[in-house]
Amino acid sequence: MGGKPSMLLPLIEKIMLTVKSIHTYYGNIHALKGVSLHVRRGEIVTLVGANGAGKSTLVNTICGMEKPARGQIEFNGEPIEGLMPENIVGKGIALVPEGRQIFSAMTVEANLLMGGFVHRNNREQVRADMDRFFGRFPILKDRRHQLAGTLSGGEQQMLAISRALMSRPQLLVLDEPSMGLAPLMVKLILSIIRELKDEGRTILLIEQNARAALKIADRGYVLETGKVVLQGEGQELLEHREVKRAYLGKGAKQIWEA
Amino acid sequence: MSFWEPKNECMSRDELRQVQLERLQATLNRVCRNVSFYGKKFKEINFRPEDDLTEIKDIERLPFTTSRDISDSYPYEMFAVPLREVVRVHSSSGSTTNPRVVGYTAQDLRTWSNLVARILTSSGITRDDVMQITYGYGLLTGGLGIHYGAERIGASVLPTSVGRTERQIKIMQDFRTTVLVCTPTYALVIADRIEAMGIDTKKLSLRYCICAGEPWTEEMRAEIERRLFVKATDNYGVSEVMGPGIAGECLEQSGMHLQEDHFIAEIIDPETLRVLGPGEEGELVLTAITREAFPVIRYRTGDVCSIIEEPCQCGRSMRRISRILRRCDEMIVIKGINIIPNLIGEILQEIKGERPVFQLVAVREGHEDKLEIWVEVTEQLFYDKMREQKALVELMCRKVANFIGITPRIKLVEKGSLKREEGRVKPFADWRGLSDLEPPLKH
Repeated sequence: MGGKPSMLLPLIEKIMLTVKSIHTYYGNIHALKGVSLHVRRGEIVTLVGANGAGKSTLVNTICGMEKPARGQIEFNGEPIEGLMPENIVGKGIALVPEGRQIFSAMTVEANLLMGGFVHRNNREQVRADMDRFFGRFPILKDRRHQLAGTLSGGEQQMLAISRALMSRPQLLVLDEPSMGLAPLMVKLILSIIRELKDEGRTILLIEQNARAALKIADRGYVLETGKVVLQGEGQELLEHREVKRAYLGKGAKQIWEA
Repeated sequence: MSFWEPKNECMSRDELRQVQLERLQATLNRVCRNVSFYGKKFKEINFRPEDDLTEIKDIERLPFTTSRDISDSYPYEMFAVPLREVVRVHSSSGSTTNPRVVGYTAQDLRTWSNLVARILTSSGITRDDVMQITYGYGLLTGGLGIHYGAERIGASVLPTSVGRTERQIKIMQDFRTTVLVCTPTYALVIADRIEAMGIDTKKLSLRYCICAGEPWTEEMRAEIERRLFVKATDNYGVSEVMGPGIAGECLEQSGMHLQEDHFIAEIIDPETLRVLGPGEEGELVLTAITREAFPVIRYRTGDVCSIIEEPCQCGRSMRRISRILRRCDEMIVIKGINIIPNLIGEILQEIKGERPVFQLVAVREGHEDKLEIWVEVTEQLFYDKMREQKALVELMCRKVANFIGITPRIKLVEKGSLKREEGRVKPFADWRGLSDLEPPLKH
């Protein structure tokens, strides 16, 4: 919060993603209950909460895998709720799904080519992008002809992120990128995410590891049983009692203590 | 013109509306669960925040919170977090009711300091300033609220607190105060005393005067600026909502910017409770959307003003409120007649061109209520000749009687003798035994 007073009128980045009062059901389960959030261009925004709080439902709703019953989603001012997933990728949103979901029976290179599918008519661009990711993650280059399923968890995550970036998205959505990774790998993946931000990318980061996510996020939202109960700057939320509670998954009712 | 948090103070109206919606939803989700007062009220009208709050406008379905509601929740019933999360408690003085007790979490205090820092920065204050804060430090919010914001921007703070005017002036001279924080009337008391002490005001280092705490006028501003050689800005705070930091003027001096990313403001008709349109004058209603310990929903402030929709020259996107014109609940009823102290003030001002410090006192004689107006004497109101003095009192009496329809009794009292609270004379004291308000003289 705050900082040095500035004499200049600030350059304020536009809102890229706006989610307004979204409701999504899984059968009879009311999984998202009036959730609103927004992401400005160039921001890392994180969504934290316990298991079952509705984080992945929100991701699926934004990326078109689930249809919301009510509410609006706007991307660059254009309504996108209810579009098919592939059209949403076409608009510029790419998802790195939970559990990475790489094509394990295909080579590393083939996985990246799949990521660049929307640009399939521009072979030079796809090739150049792929070379860039190979430069960035030399381990992927070394294993470009290996089946993706033979990579370690951390390597698979690098591949999944690279694959998503092959579509040259404006917004990168990362669903639980640290899940199932060894602590050292978690650190590596988070530092990659921070680098992506420094490159000016816009990121929506969904994480159960609230502490790690809030450390690198500009802002965050805390989801509890399908509702946002808190929002604020990353640093603020990091020290917050209710974040710890949500993170630990203790849904216990507040008990009055004098 | 500089900004403390430019990204937030100048965000687009679209983004602001989205931010308000998100914060309002999160706040309602929390109060519905954690504050039984709201949980019950929402249930009564069958309002489920997650289903029924889709647009900010849906807030109009919610019931108001009154100062009475907060008194009735004395002391901690309306807190939204357990007491161990509360790091500060403030309280207003109650008159006939329980005091209104308000809590702050550590995060609330950070937000508070930050918002006061925004307003101080917008009124020209920087870390190079020396600020003398003459509000009370204690259970009321004025002193500490400004204090934290001042420290936040890194100014040098002199927490002189209220009263002892000559000592205040000595400190102002010796410590080279550049910013005086006070009620507008106290600024004028200081100006008077400086003159009486024979001090050359030009030799002081004063640059700014941060005024708050009571309704005042453009004429008073002009007088403060002329006599103290300062730029004076208006500020607005409500203890039940947060304290100072809710709204404040920038150097354009044309209305107070509401911190709309933290508070949602509405203007209502205090009689019909209908929400009024842009620019209309009515009671200000505030909803705190980032408070953790004490998030009040649709709090009726009792303050009458209007919202200025037009964007300000300074570049902030936050809308402004006009001066607080009056209190809507300070209406006094004597013999069935409604009397607004501020209007009496305007009548008295017309007579000699300056607004005297005065207090309306209701007394009961036998079974009859009488209105007395206790006026502090100034040089302008004082005559050597008894006859002239009498004529003045009669003039005041007649003018007021013409306006309100009952003849008051005017009593001239010694300058500075009316009892002050937070540097401010209460506009009304009731001696009819209807309430426990104290007599107007300090002793």
